[in-house]
Amino acid sequence: MTAADAVLVLLWAGLTAYALFGGADFGAGFWDLLRGGRRADRIGALVEDTIGPVWEANHVWLIFALVVVWTAFPPVFAAVASTLYVPLTAVAIGVILRGSAFIFRKSVDDPRLERLFGILFGLSSIITPFFLGAIAGAIASGRVPPGNAAGDPVGSWLNPTSVLGGTLAVGMCAYLAAVYLTSDARRTGDPALADAFRARALGMGTAVGVVAMLGIGVLSRDAPALYDGLVARALPVVILSAFAGIGSLGLLYQRRFGAARATAGLAVGSVLWGWAVAQYPHLLVGSLTIGQAAAGEATLVALLVSLVVGAILVVPSMAALFFLSQRARP
Amino acid sequence: MNLFDIFAIVDQPDLWAARAQMALSLAWHIVIACFGVGLPLLILVAEFRAQRGGGAVYDELAHRWAKVLGVLFAVGAVSGTILSFEMGILWPRLIETFGSVMGLPFAIEGVAFFIEAIFIGIYLYGWDRLPPRIHLLTGVPIVISGVASAWFVVTANAWMNQPVGFVLTDGVVTGVDPLAAIFNPATPVETTHMILAALMVTGFGIAAGHAWGLWRDAGSRVHRTGFLVAFTLGALVTPAQVVVGDAAAQFLATNQPIKLAAIEGLYQSERGAPLSIGGIPIDGQMRFALQIPDGLSLLAFRDPNALVQGLDTVPADQQPPVLPVHVAFQVMVAIGFFMLGLGVWLAWSWRRRRGLPGARAFLLGAIVSGPAAAVAMEAGWVVTELGRQPWIVYGVMRVDEAVTVARGLPIGLFTLLGVYVALTIGTVFVLRRTLRPAPAEPIA
Ligand code: HDD
Ligand code: HEM
Ligand code: HEM
Repeated sequence: MTAADAVLVLLWAGLTAYALFGGADFGAGFWDLLRGGRRADRIGALVEDTIGPVWEANHVWLIFALVVVWTAFPPVFAAVASTLYVPLTAVAIGVILRGSAFIFRKSVDDPRLERLFGILFGLSSIITPFFLGAIAGAIASGRVPPGNAAGDPVGSWLNPTSVLGGTLAVGMCAYLAAVYLTSDARRTGDPALADAFRARALGMGTAVGVVAMLGIGVLSRDAPALYDGLVARALPVVILSAFAGIGSLGLLYQRRFGAARATAGLAVGSVLWGWAVAQYPHLLVGSLTIGQAAAGEATLVALLVSLVVGAILVVPSMAALFFLSQRARP
Repeated sequence: MNLFDIFAIVDQPDLWAARAQMALSLAWHIVIACFGVGLPLLILVAEFRAQRGGGAVYDELAHRWAKVLGVLFAVGAVSGTILSFEMGILWPRLIETFGSVMGLPFAIEGVAFFIEAIFIGIYLYGWDRLPPRIHLLTGVPIVISGVASAWFVVTANAWMNQPVGFVLTDGVVTGVDPLAAIFNPATPVETTHMILAALMVTGFGIAAGHAWGLWRDAGSRVHRTGFLVAFTLGALVTPAQVVVGDAAAQFLATNQPIKLAAIEGLYQSERGAPLSIGGIPIDGQMRFALQIPDGLSLLAFRDPNALVQGLDTVPADQQPPVLPVHVAFQVMVAIGFFMLGLGVWLAWSWRRRRGLPGARAFLLGAIVSGPAAAVAMEAGWVVTELGRQPWIVYGVMRVDEAVTVARGLPIGLFTLLGVYVALTIGTVFVLRRTLRPAPAEPIA
């Protein structure tokens, strides 16, 4: 394994963490927006309590991924960012609206303002992962050529694979959130709310599964290189993801929420790893490979050292934060 | 210098929009970021005093300031995110060529962000859930990581001013030494000056809020104590800041002489160059300035006869815009001395009467000092960034060689402008709500 491969593995681990934790925070916003009826207030309170202390830390995974790419694989960052100028700007604005609306909502007490900020928070929680998924679709379908804004400024992210990626991203975030919130609701002693989220999780999980199945057809036509990888080298990972997904639905059905959490995470995480395995060793499909894009050895080694030291500091702290925020309220 | 034209100028009619967008996002982010560096320190001081028998006033202050930090940190994190996007969206050629050289500090900064975000979560959420001593300790990593993130990101900017740690052959970067890049010659002065500025912005900014409170309610103990703690931080840092600022100028004299020439509006190289205070550069001449003979040579080289390099030593297309750089520098220095004066006034009155100066003028000055500190800091950045023009990487790559070729940049710029206006209004509004005194303030 070269230093570049090692950086790539850490990068992908970071992105997986972003999907599993940051993604669930997006999904919580999704359910917050769609709440209604008798339980609306309790849903809002649960969402606020569960993501309140952690969303900023979870958001840093995205920053982490960006800076690692631009340090270790500079031409990839330059190509992706300049070609995908439009969806990236949309993500940036989504991030700004979402974070500020969330904290603003918590800090005002006028119900009308709370509603306004709540809607902003919910909408941006959908728009942001959609565009992130669309960006993934653009890269995976080989629509980002190397160079300075060399790709199609619109077609690169407005195409079947990107729409699929965006839809899947929103769905997976909502699914993860529903699963996590089910056990959070049970932990806070609200079984009725837990059941409500269980129903949502079952529905959303099924929907995501169906979209993913249909998506395979889309990829075979629109992203043949990725498709070939998925049905060959990455096949075991794809199968793992499918089984984990189905398993998590079964566990939810049996109300084994803790185990469902783990399998749901596995299902989503292995989608990301399946993509990576299918595309390896290309960073930009059809053009740049890892070897061609990687920075020099000195940079990679310095980066690896920083990341390892960083992990030693960050992982226990993150665990402490989760532990503290998951303890039942006094 | 760029004799061989290693990089090609990019076809980008809207270069101005890219520059304006970068400047807008940075200028917005940096104000909030300053509070991310300085406010944790103030909060810890207040909490420490509260635990050491300082009384309910300190407890109240720690809680109030923590609320402010909660809002500002969230807003700072999201406004920082867009900056990382923009490095690639707007300046792809910069990252493509030099990402492997200047990327490392950003990556390490990412680690600092993690620590900061995690411990802010722990600190705010754990306030009534952790034992007091432990809670105080969980604040320490916030302070350290806030200062560390500022240090690392400014090393990246320092590198843009003093690019070292790589070999450039035909536009291809080799022999990268990322540590040399982090510890480039500009790093010591620039990082120190910035971190001190962040402390000043926080200290005077918070003090200004409490001064406003005292203006309306002279008897409030919360405001009086809050003012004293915050203002003391700002006032203690100010003299050091002036010394470091002087070191920054001296550094420029040898390492970025054209920037210094723009700062002083020195069009021709001169021995015994004068120091121009105020004044406006018009048509290649400094007009209406108060000129101190030999002053610049003295300050820059500690020698009244020293030769100071003028703008004429480089071709016209390598000269930065003189007017904004000169004016911004005057503003920064003037404000620095204004703060110095305020601090002396307080110290004098404290020695004589163990109290704040009675004059309303002092409170007014203190209220002004908050915005003024932010203005000085922004002005300093204008000096640094505009004074580097036309280079994005000093002497190596020009801004017009780094920019994206994507079209429609003004649309993005104006969209973002709208977002920032809304964000500003929202932040100010929410901060005012959070700080509205509770219906029955227990401590008055
Ligand atoms: C509260 C803010 C503040 C105050 C009172 C001052 N400065 Fe400053 N200055 C900054 C905040 C700042 C800054 C944080 O905005 C800059 C921009 C980049 C940097 O490293 O610091 C800066 C840059 C900067 C530069 C350009 C450095 C470069 O480009 O390499 C010089 C020469 C000075 N300053 C000099 C001074 C002097 C002589 C001061 C005397 C009063 C002074 N500053 C007060
Ligand atoms: C420390 C981190 C910083 C980095 C890495 C950085 C980087 C950059 C880059 C890449 C550009 C575009 C290229 C150029 O125009 O030269 C730029 C421009 C600019 N930046 Fe900074 N910057 C930093 C801090 C700041 C801050 C805090 C301000 C606050 C006001 C600022 C103000 C500006 C301005 C006004 C421009 C536009 C200059 C022009 O194009 O005329 N910068 N900066
Ligand atoms: C002198 C310049 C800068 C200073 C002192 C500074 C400092 C900080 C600090 C202290 C924070 C923590 C958030 C907060 O306290 O509100 C922060 C957030 C952030 N900054 Fe800056 N910053 C500067 C410029 C930049 C630049 C140029 C970039 C990127 C190119 C950047 C990227 C970020 C990002 C991504 C975050 C969010 C991290 C998170 O999620 O916690 N900053 N910055």
